[in-house]
Amino acid sequence: MIKVTIDNIEVEVEEGSTILEAARKIGGKVVPPTMCYYSKLRDTGGKCRTCLVKVAKGSAKDPRPMPKLVVACSTPAQDGMVVENTLSQEVIEARKGVVEFLLTNHPLECPICDQAGECDLQDLSYGFGEGESRYEEERRRFGYNDIGPYIKINNERCILCYRCVYLSAQLTDKRLLGVLFRGDYAEISTYINAAVENDFSGNVIDVCPVGALTDRSSRFKSRVWFTKPYDAHRDCPKCAGKVVLWAKGDEVIRITARKDEFGEVEDFICNECRFEKKQVSDWVIDGPRHIKRQSVISLNHYETINKLKETPPKD
Amino acid sequence: MDNEIKFSAESLELVNRIIARYPEGKQKSALLPVLHIAQAEFGGWLSTETMNYVAGLLKLEPIEVYEVATFYNMFNLAPVGQCVIEVCQTGPCMLNGAGEIIQHISKRLDIKPGETTPDGKFTLKTVECLAACGSAPVMRVGNRYHENLSTEKVDSLIEEWCKCGKSSHDNPYNE
Amino acid sequence: MGIKILTEHIDNPELKKFEVYRKTGGYTAVEKALKTMSPDGVMEEVKKSGLRGRGGAGFPTGMKWSFLDRKSEKPHYLVCNADEGEPGTFKDRYLLERNPHALIEGIILSGYALGVEDAYIYLRGEFFYILQILEKAIAEAYEKGFLGKNILGSGYSLNLYCHPGAGAYICGEETALLESLEGKRGNPRLKPPFPAVSGLYNCPTVINNVETLATIPWIVNHGGDQYAQIGVGRSTGTKLISASGHIKNPGVYELEMGFPVEEFIYSDQYCGGMKNGKPLKAVVAGGSSVPILPAGLILKTANGEPRNISYESLAEGGFETGTMLGSGGFIVMDESTCIVRNLYNFTRFYRHESCGQCSPCREGTSWMEKILYRIENGEGRMHDIDLLVDISNNIEGKTICPLGDAAAWPVASAIRHFRDEFVEHVNRKGCWFD
Repeated sequence: MIKVTIDNIEVEVEEGSTILEAARKIGGKVVPPTMCYYSKLRDTGGKCRTCLVKVAKGSAKDPRPMPKLVVACSTPAQDGMVVENTLSQEVIEARKGVVEFLLTNHPLECPICDQAGECDLQDLSYGFGEGESRYEEERRRFGYNDIGPYIKINNERCILCYRCVYLSAQLTDKRLLGVLFRGDYAEISTYINAAVENDFSGNVIDVCPVGALTDRSSRFKSRVWFTKPYDAHRDCPKCAGKVVLWAKGDEVIRITARKDEFGEVEDFICNECRFEKKQVSDWVIDGPRHIKRQSVISLNHYETINKLKETPPKD
Repeated sequence: MDNEIKFSAESLELVNRIIARYPEGKQKSALLPVLHIAQAEFGGWLSTETMNYVAGLLKLEPIEVYEVATFYNMFNLAPVGQCVIEVCQTGPCMLNGAGEIIQHISKRLDIKPGETTPDGKFTLKTVECLAACGSAPVMRVGNRYHENLSTEKVDSLIEEWCKCGKSSHDNPYNE
Repeated sequence: MGIKILTEHIDNPELKKFEVYRKTGGYTAVEKALKTMSPDGVMEEVKKSGLRGRGGAGFPTGMKWSFLDRKSEKPHYLVCNADEGEPGTFKDRYLLERNPHALIEGIILSGYALGVEDAYIYLRGEFFYILQILEKAIAEAYEKGFLGKNILGSGYSLNLYCHPGAGAYICGEETALLESLEGKRGNPRLKPPFPAVSGLYNCPTVINNVETLATIPWIVNHGGDQYAQIGVGRSTGTKLISASGHIKNPGVYELEMGFPVEEFIYSDQYCGGMKNGKPLKAVVAGGSSVPILPAGLILKTANGEPRNISYESLAEGGFETGTMLGSGGFIVMDESTCIVRNLYNFTRFYRHESCGQCSPCREGTSWMEKILYRIENGEGRMHDIDLLVDISNNIEGKTICPLGDAAAWPVASAIRHFRDEFVEHVNRKGCWFD
């Protein structure tokens, strides 16, 4: 085990852990925000640059500070390392810069975006951004991309975190989604407008940090904050069958995987559970979902309000 | 274009020789050279069918080929003219009159950069630094560089190419 | 003319043939090393030589080699970075097309020192014709027993292959190059791990520039100590300088480190002074990525010391009043040059070449390009100038790879030294240069 200090809090982690893993072990405000890293997907991280932190002391052995800010998500922690996250003005400034960059071409169409209310970019901008944008140029537009009946892709909103591409490579049989072109013209696409349909493809919706990949089956049906989340499960031959039902009254609007306090999916779910089982009777309801992370519904007021009309489980 | 995309026996042999340059199981490494050969053999550009064929040859998912083909500038993703003229427009070339050369070709062929003449003979492209700044302005046509360009030099080259029906779809491995 | 290590016989158009190269003393270093030196002995000479990477970063080559994880049981690779594409730099092309065997010999020696059995030359794609030159030269070297199994009966074997890129400046960044060599998009990798530990196919890998490798035969022949005596201070040996722009004699020149900048620009033996008789306005000394310097600061440092061509002298004064040797691409500009237009041109280049992986570079380069386009074309606002500086600060040091810095430095330095010209563009609503 090695000892790392982040924003004056010391924590012990296993050797080989990253700074981010150490920070997540401490939890709370010490945890740098992440827009591209995803612990459940190999090779993610390093791209968005929102988790930049300052290493004030490299290690007990070599106490020199690191000359540049480093990404917490993929920089290995060292024994005796001292890291500054929100305590460092340099980090705050750099993060402000990154937020500004991410927003330059992101359409501010939150009023009509299904992700609004549970969008990581909204949270990030709220936490670290400026009130006004200095970007006065035209925003980037992409050609039409169609990836099938289940998933809506909106490239203008994409921040190129690559999570959906890694997920497609690591979770689905045949990768159809990729990153095409380069620079600020880079886009997530299948190139040939193929329908992204295989057992686990719907999970790209859950790992997308913004509204670039959304669920067509619930599109424009309700704002997130008007739906109430319930933990539910079913006996599914393809996946663990543990989901969250997002319901309005007794109507199931949307089904997602369950996410942890860092916004990461706990168990990936299959497309059948996500898209085909929209009846309450399809599920065993476990009770209200406690939303742990920053979100319009994270206050969890709904828990005491009303309960979904429970239905007996089917055999 | 031919319905069936298939390398000639000669190209296939070259492709196999190239694949053998990389360790076993790392045949993806051959992707760039093989795409160059494919582009030369199948009309100077990479159609979806061509890319799918290359994917099959190298045992890759087609998306792996699309991702790569769209990343690199030298691959054309739409049909091009028989002779693709690539004029450098970066720094030192600009200082030495690349703008004038581009304008001149544009006027002479009556096409804008990025366009192809209606007869399908020429495509004009502007490109970034060709690493020939000491002999600016410069253009690349297939496997040849043309340097120290002047409008007169460009005119005589175009005339020559018109006469000989110049193709720039060169296989990088063939002289 | 000073000592020539790389270009002594370069004017002989036949030099690219094995026999001709051999007659000039070629491949004697391979004979010497394989017959009389241990791999460590070769490495020792390179360390002693003080040779620094000629691709632009100037990292000591011997030290880079010593990082190679030699204990790893995986294969080790040597990759030659011949993806030359930094605007203003064309010296590797010069070596490759005229003296390919010097590179091959350097690769054999380096491969021997590093215990490498497979080496690749990653050649920029546009150099189709050089691919053919290299393929031919490599075939000759195989035929003569300098490549392949059991070279000169020494027991050492090396395979060498050439790999063409396909048009992407970013692949000059060594980890992007490795990705590209693996048949992928040229997205730079996160470091650590460094290539010396996990490079090509996740195996320990050393990546060296063409000029660096082509210098090794001379070092082996003459000894590292003798090489270290050439040059000045920690800038040992000679350097190929690519000279372009508004000068009488553009081209590639081999100079001993420490050669005075002023003499280089004005002497008839070298650049020959300004082409159109107009006074010198500015120089970008190390390829487009390094800070631009106005005439006064490129010829002399802020302290009035004459500047010379070396890592240290060009960096004198830091970024406030100095620059970097970089890849040695001298872009010389006379008074008719519009700094804003030139900067717009460079920035468009970086935007075009950004891989798009990390947000500061992807968004920052395109944002700067749009602003510079507006200023040059009469739509600039006074606050744009500071905004550009801010954006460049937000990119610098915050990206995955050095392309971000390379895009940021030209912007910051042009505004630092030529702010008035930006202000005038805004005031006059556009550009007044031709």
